[in-house]
Amino acid sequence: MSAVTVPAGNTRAAAADPRIGLRANLRHIGALVRRNVLQIRQDPESMFDALLMPIVFTLLFVYVFGGALEGSQEKYVNYMVPGLMAMMGMNIAMAVGTGVNSDFKTGVMDRFRTMPIARSSVLIAKIVVEIGRALVATVILLLMGFILGLHVDNGVFGLLGAVVLSLAFGASLMWVFILLGLVARTPQSVQGLAMIVVLPLQFGSSIFAKPTTMPGWLEAFTRYNPLSNLADASRNLINGGAVAHSAMMTVMWAVGITAISAPLAVARFRNKT
Amino acid sequence: MTQRDAKSADTAVRVRGLVKRYGETKALDGVDLDVRQGTVLGVLGPNGAGKTTLVRILSTLIRPDAGTATVAGYDVLTQPRQLRRVIGLTGQYASVDESLSGRENLYMIGRLLDLSRRDARGRADELLERFSLTDAARKPAKEYSGGMRRRLDLAASMIGRPAVLYLDEPTTGLDPRTRNEVWEEVRNMVADGSTVLLTTQYMEEAEKLAHELTVIDRGRVIAGGRVEELKAKVGGRTLQVRPVDPGVLDAMAAALGRGAQAVADHAGGVLNVPILSDEQLTEVVAALGAQGFAIAGIDTHLPSLDEVFLAVTRGSGTQEREELAA
Repeated sequence: MSAVTVPAGNTRAAAADPRIGLRANLRHIGALVRRNVLQIRQDPESMFDALLMPIVFTLLFVYVFGGALEGSQEKYVNYMVPGLMAMMGMNIAMAVGTGVNSDFKTGVMDRFRTMPIARSSVLIAKIVVEIGRALVATVILLLMGFILGLHVDNGVFGLLGAVVLSLAFGASLMWVFILLGLVARTPQSVQGLAMIVVLPLQFGSSIFAKPTTMPGWLEAFTRYNPLSNLADASRNLINGGAVAHSAMMTVMWAVGITAISAPLAVARFRNKT
Repeated sequence: MTQRDAKSADTAVRVRGLVKRYGETKALDGVDLDVRQGTVLGVLGPNGAGKTTLVRILSTLIRPDAGTATVAGYDVLTQPRQLRRVIGLTGQYASVDESLSGRENLYMIGRLLDLSRRDARGRADELLERFSLTDAARKPAKEYSGGMRRRLDLAASMIGRPAVLYLDEPTTGLDPRTRNEVWEEVRNMVADGSTVLLTTQYMEEAEKLAHELTVIDRGRVIAGGRVEELKAKVGGRTLQVRPVDPGVLDAMAAALGRGAQAVADHAGGVLNVPILSDEQLTEVVAALGAQGFAIAGIDTHLPSLDEVFLAVTRGSGTQEREELAA
């Protein structure tokens, strides 16, 4: 009697356990990652930020601030590029919000949400692709750095550690921007809101200048700014120096941000009408 | 207690007392309906009647405030995951990824429905062929025409061979030719055994595709039943007799007597006679023949769905509203 209502191919699937196994979940995420990659291939301009931002930023900051802040461009490259790595993750992460928001403008999200897949898989796929984009941006940034005189005193593993730390922190921010993208009404307002959050964090940090040169209140802000922790950790991983505290703080921030914003984002995604 | 008792065996969709509020307005205000296995139920109503809200609840996109709904025996509130395995949805707006090609769209959905790579590819090609999209298979969907996009959307809904298919105003905004193509596909799906819940504003569409109709207005069911039943409810058939000589219309009316309520339509050159039974039809035709009137044509017609809709919405308070507005 169980099959009467299901004439065609769904009989087996319908009778199965309603939960979605890990393997199926990975397969779904894979199919959705493929979708996002194909979207980039269809619209290569969407990669401009990841490709050009690191080039423009390094040239701009090294030549504008280099002489003033550290006395020489070469010295400043070694100070700033690790910090810029931290910033790159955040800038790439911003794009996630606008992407999620405009996805909802088309009917395709309705299709996903009426399919037997974990609803988080749509968001996780998005994050996997964005981490890929952030990795591309980081590699270009490092190449630019090497051209301008970056040297890795602390060995390859230190460098890799810095890359992984930056990407992990960037991924945690993506959940925040996804949440923003799900809450805001238009892609433009996502962009606007994101800028307000991002700018003070970027410049009120140790990324571009040493906090000791700043007034007391700002120095205090930079000390608690997670981007400073990340920049310090990356810098010391690449140039050598004490890493434990700043790396630990960064990991804690990343875990904390994800633990709060990821469930909120998935819940919002589930209930968005 | 099993989820599928004998009573619901041939009912694919069962809705009881469904309510959905948005602030003060009730999008749905106690809707009941049944869709029988393997049939098409047309849900007919004007804009804002609650049709899309109904479909969104039945496809687990939104939760009702009260009432129950089951699809293929699965409850929308307690078994949404199982329910999603047996449904397909084609909305008013094409729900495909615009930047992906038709083939990539269908392949992706196949993979999300746990088909193997090979099966997903095979099924995509099969459906592209069936929906006449093979030539455009590699083009991004945003370059498709409105009709092609809608067909791709239908194809996407069919990948998992859903037991129940929701078509939410599937031909809104399409030209007549494309509309016919979509209708043809819907008929094919039903022939393959799908159960369809179709919402529409077009009487013609409901008449062409639906076995049964539910008319809703402002969140309430105001009429329902088989298409013919609904028409009969509004009034019986009308017999139209066209004499060779239009001059005899009044004489024909007189010959039938007052009780027949025949109305001569001089402009159209026909005599309209309301008919309530087959026996009466025979009597009228026989009476006219016995009198020796030369008849050029004879026809019976059911009231159109527009007339049905007007008649039933009048009953649900539309008239009062109009009177208040006046």
